[in-house]
Amino acid sequence: MLLKRLPFLLFALTAAILAQTMTSEGSEPKVGKTPENLTKQECSDCHMAYQAGFLPIRSWQAIMADLPNHFGEDASLDAATVKEIEQYLIKNAADRKGKNPRWLKAIPKDVTPMRISQFPWFRHEHGKRVNNWIKANPSVGSVSNCPACHKGADRGYFDDD
Amino acid sequence: MSRPRTSQTQRGLQAVLTSTFLLVGPTHLTAGPAQDAVIAALAAEAGVSGFSAQTGKAFFQASHSGGKPETPSCTTCHTSDPLAAGRTRVGKPIEPMAVSLSPNRFTDPEKLAKWFRRNCNSVLGRECTTTEQGDVLTYLSSL
Ligand code: HEC
Ligand code: HEC
Ligand code: HEC
Repeated sequence: MLLKRLPFLLFALTAAILAQTMTSEGSEPKVGKTPENLTKQECSDCHMAYQAGFLPIRSWQAIMADLPNHFGEDASLDAATVKEIEQYLIKNAADRKGKNPRWLKAIPKDVTPMRISQFPWFRHEHGKRVNNWIKANPSVGSVSNCPACHKGADRGYFDDD
Repeated sequence: MSRPRTSQTQRGLQAVLTSTFLLVGPTHLTAGPAQDAVIAALAAEAGVSGFSAQTGKAFFQASHSGGKPETPSCTTCHTSDPLAAGRTRVGKPIEPMAVSLSPNRFTDPEKLAKWFRRNCNSVLGRECTTTEQGDVLTYLSSL
């Protein structure tokens, strides 16, 4: 069944990739793969380790500055570990090396987003249909649980569905 | 099975022995040497000879105040059944807490200290005492 459809799937996939690179350049984050060891290890116990390219530098700084009050939980770490993770996140942030992708330009400079899931691009991709689906499937837990829907989220793949 | 009748004092002694076994015994049935060593170190620190699985169970299952409103109890994430898998608030699965099902539990002192600090602060708004930690680990190691 799947095998018979393979040529079509390959075609659709190529078309999708082409369409994306040609038309939507900069409208959504392009993130790298799995974060580096220490970040992956320390930031993946409660949720997946989100790729640094989803947020700008100021967001990572704000998040790392208040881990004891992290979205309603204590996620504290020792100072040395905090520093090393923060350095990694900043080095790989969405606005690293002066970059300014279109989806980030939509946010005023004096606003510090604390969530990936509150960006306009995110809300656009995850509309009512997705939210209703989460409500109907309590095991997903939260829209922040990316791997529940994006099987390749840990490796940086989000365009699988 | 019929048993010879026992006198009051013998029965009393038996009860004490049985409860001692319930408190301490099962630890040695399911927990390995690594958990035993962690619990022994806590006992030395607290200056006691052992901990109570019963008290640990009550603490683990209770709803506490003083912490963050999102997390009133250990069971918020670990569920009320330590033999079952838990779930973080984001929806990521957590391995069962019972040592019989997750033999690697409580064997890494650094990991243990990190999570007691975080979770006790989230649930109670303070650190857990050495006795509370020992009671909880004794409970979870006995299952
Ligand atoms: C103790 C558990 C815990 C740990 C450890 C933890 N987080 Fe979180 N994190 C949470 C919770 C809870 C949320 C809120 C999710 C929700 O609303 O469903 C969250 C949300 C986030 C979000 C926003 C997700 C969104 O919705 O867009 C980011 C970014 C984040 N965490 C980064 C980190 C980083 C970086 C680390 C490592 C330094 C980390 N977290 C470690 C519990 C944790
Ligand atoms: C309840 C399911 C669900 C959850 C949870 C979820 N997503 Fe999505 N996501 C979707 C759906 C459905 C789409 C639209 C897919 C499409 O049209 O190809 C999407 C689209 C996306 C896209 C655009 C993909 C593309 O290239 O078109 C990105 C990036 C993305 N999600 C990232 C995330 C991140 C990061 C998280 C976690 C913070 C997350 N998603 C959580 C269901 C989900
Ligand atoms: C907000 C969710 C949450 C709450 C509430 C919570 N825990 Fe945890 N706990 C976790 C997560 C996540 C881990 C790390 C993942 C793992 O060890 O599987 C963890 C780990 C632990 C560990 C370390 C286990 C080990 O293998 O060394 C102990 C001990 C622990 N929790 C005890 C408690 C106690 C006691 C309470 C109540 C005071 C509690 N937890 C409340 C989420 C929670």
